[in-house]
Amino acid sequence: MIERRPIADMIGHLILLAAIFIVAFPIYLAVIAASHTIEGLSQAPMPLLPGAELLTNTAKALFDGPQMVGVSGATPAIVLLGNSMIMAISIAVGKIVISLLSAFAIVYFRFPLRNFFFWMIFITLMLPVEVRIIPTYKIVADLGLLDTYTGLVLPLIASATATFLFRQFFMTVPDELVEAARIDGAGPMRFFWDVLVPLSRTSIAAMFVIQFIYGWNQYLWPLLIASDYQYQTIVLAIGRLIRAPDAFYEWPVIMGMAVLALLPPVAVVLLMQRWFVKGLVETEK
Amino acid sequence: MAKVSLQGVKKNYGSIRVIHGVDIEIKDGEFIVIVGPSGCGKSTLLRMIAGLEAITEGSIGIGDRVVNDIEPRDRDIAMVFQNYALYPHMSVFENISYGLRIRGMSKADIQKRVDRAADILQLQPYLQRRPRELSGGQRQRVAMGRAIVREPSVFLFDEPLSNLDAKLRVQMRLEIKRLHQQLGVTSIYVTHDQVEAMTLADRLIVMNQGRAEQIGSPAEVYSNPATTYVGGFIGSPPMNFVPCKVEAGQAVLDDGTSLALPERLRGTPAGAYILGIRPENMHVAQPGQGAQFTLAVDVAEELGADTLLHGKIAGTDVVVRLPSTAGFHDNSRPSLVADMAQVHLYDRESGRNIH
Repeated sequence: MIERRPIADMIGHLILLAAIFIVAFPIYLAVIAASHTIEGLSQAPMPLLPGAELLTNTAKALFDGPQMVGVSGATPAIVLLGNSMIMAISIAVGKIVISLLSAFAIVYFRFPLRNFFFWMIFITLMLPVEVRIIPTYKIVADLGLLDTYTGLVLPLIASATATFLFRQFFMTVPDELVEAARIDGAGPMRFFWDVLVPLSRTSIAAMFVIQFIYGWNQYLWPLLIASDYQYQTIVLAIGRLIRAPDAFYEWPVIMGMAVLALLPPVAVVLLMQRWFVKGLVETEK
Repeated sequence: MAKVSLQGVKKNYGSIRVIHGVDIEIKDGEFIVIVGPSGCGKSTLLRMIAGLEAITEGSIGIGDRVVNDIEPRDRDIAMVFQNYALYPHMSVFENISYGLRIRGMSKADIQKRVDRAADILQLQPYLQRRPRELSGGQRQRVAMGRAIVREPSVFLFDEPLSNLDAKLRVQMRLEIKRLHQQLGVTSIYVTHDQVEAMTLADRLIVMNQGRAEQIGSPAEVYSNPATTYVGGFIGSPPMNFVPCKVEAGQAVLDDGTSLALPERLRGTPAGAYILGIRPENMHVAQPGQGAQFTLAVDVAEELGADTLLHGKIAGTDVVVRLPSTAGFHDNSRPSLVADMAQVHLYDRESGRNIH
C-alpha cells in the first residue's frame, strides 16, 4: 500500500504506543524498584524516577541473593542463572537435534508405519508436560533423576512442534537436490549434514529462540524436580521468594533479580531476531 | 566412456505400466536424444539409467556391467537436472567439487579438475558466488560443470534447457553440442523440444506412451517416420495426414483426386490408408505441369523466408510451406503438386508406415 492516510497512520501509531506502554511500564517499574534502597522504596507513593542503587542491588542479587527474615539459605542469582541457562540451552539444543533427526527420518525414509509414527508424534502436541506430569514425575523419580540436570531437561526434550516445522521445511526441499546428492555419492547422513542442516539454519535459529524461551520460562517442572536449591532455576526462585509467608522482602534485590532473569531471553531474541524472522517467513531454495 | 545397453526395460508403478519395454544399444560416444511429449515416460527412462528409479523388468548395462542393482553413485554417470539442482548454500566451486570431495579426492586434484571445467564453461569469474547470484544460463553451466568434473562414462541430461529463455536456449544448445564434440562422452539427453532433439542427436528415440516408436538418426526419423505419431511429433509444422484409398498404384483422396504413387509404393495392396506428406513437399504447380489439387487457404502465416498456408485438401486440414516469394495470402487458392517421392502411406488402424 503506497496510499498515505495521515489519520489512519496516526491512529495506528497511537495504538502501537499504547501497547508499548502497557508492555514496558511494569519492566520500567522493576528497574526503578531495583535502583532504590529498601527505605527509599518503602515510601508511599512509590518513586517513579531511578535511584542510585541499581548496581549495588543487582550485584547483591547476583552474588548473595536476597535475604529474607524467616527464610534461610538464599541462593545467589548467578547460580540460578547458570541453572536456567543449562536447562534452556539443553532443552533448545536437544529439541532441535531430536526434531531434525526425526523429521529427516519421516520425510526421507520409507519404513513400515511411517505415517503412524508421524501421527503419534503429532498427537503428543495434545499432551504437554502439565497433562502427563504425574506419570512423568514417577518415571523420572524411579530413574533416580530427581535433583539432576538430566531430570530437568530430558522429559522436556521431545518436540512435536519442531518436528512438524522441520518436516514441513524438508518437504519443500526439491527432490532433485536429493537426487543430485545421490549421484554425487552422498549417503543419507552426509546429505543430512552437508545439505539439509545448512539449508535449515534459519529454521533452526527460529526454533532455538522459541525453545530457549520455552525452556527458560519452565516453572512447573523444575518446581517438582529441583527441591535442592543447587538445581533451582531463576524463574522458580523468584516465585519462591515472594511467596514466603510473614517474611520481610528485600524488594530492591528481588527486583534486581527479576531484571537479571529477563536479560538472557531478551539477548537471545535480539541477537537472533533477524534469523528468527527469516526462518519463519522466508524459504531459501 | 562407455556404451549403454537397454534390454527389454520396463517400468510399473503399482499395476500401471509406464515403460513398455525399450531396447537400444547406445554406442560409445554417441549422443542420444529421447524425445516425446510430457508423460510419455522419457524422464522415467532416463532416471532408470541413472539409478534413481528401480527397473521392473529387463536390464540396463553401462560399459560391460549390468547396473540394475548398482547405486547411482557407482554407475559412473553424471546427471544434469531441469531445475539445475544446485546446492543453494554452497558456492559455485563447492557445488562443482562436492562429488569429488565426497570421493575423498586430494585438494590439488579437485582444484585442477574444477579449473578445467570452469575454463571450458567460462565460469572462472563466478567460482566464489552462490547459485542465487547467477543468471539462469550460468546456473545451467554450473550444473554441467558438476557433471564434467566427475569425468563420467555417461552424461545424462534431463530437459536441461527448458527453464531458459528462447535465446539462451539456442546458445546453450550449441554449447552442449560443442562440449560433446570436445569431450566425446556418451550422452543421453531428454527433451520435449523437437528442435533440440533434431539438432543435438546422433540418434533419436521418439517415445509415445511408454514405447519407443522409432529409433534412428534425425534425418531418418524426419524423412521416414515409422508411424503417424512420429510424423506428427517431429517437424514443425508437423506432417500432413490425408485419408486415401489405394487402387492400382494410385492414391485416391476422398474428393476423387488421384495421385500416382512412386515406385516403392506401387505394390501396396488396395485398401484404406493414410497419406503422409511434409508441408515442404508440396510445391506450386508450374505451367503445363498440371495441378494435382487446389488448396483453399484459410490463413497464411508469414514466417519471413517461408509462408505457412493453412487450408483444406479433400476435407482434411493441411499445412503447406511455400517460399514467401510465391506471394500467397489469406483466401488464396494456389494450385499445388505433391512431391510424390516424399510421401508415405500409413495403415489406418495401427498408424504404421507401409514400406
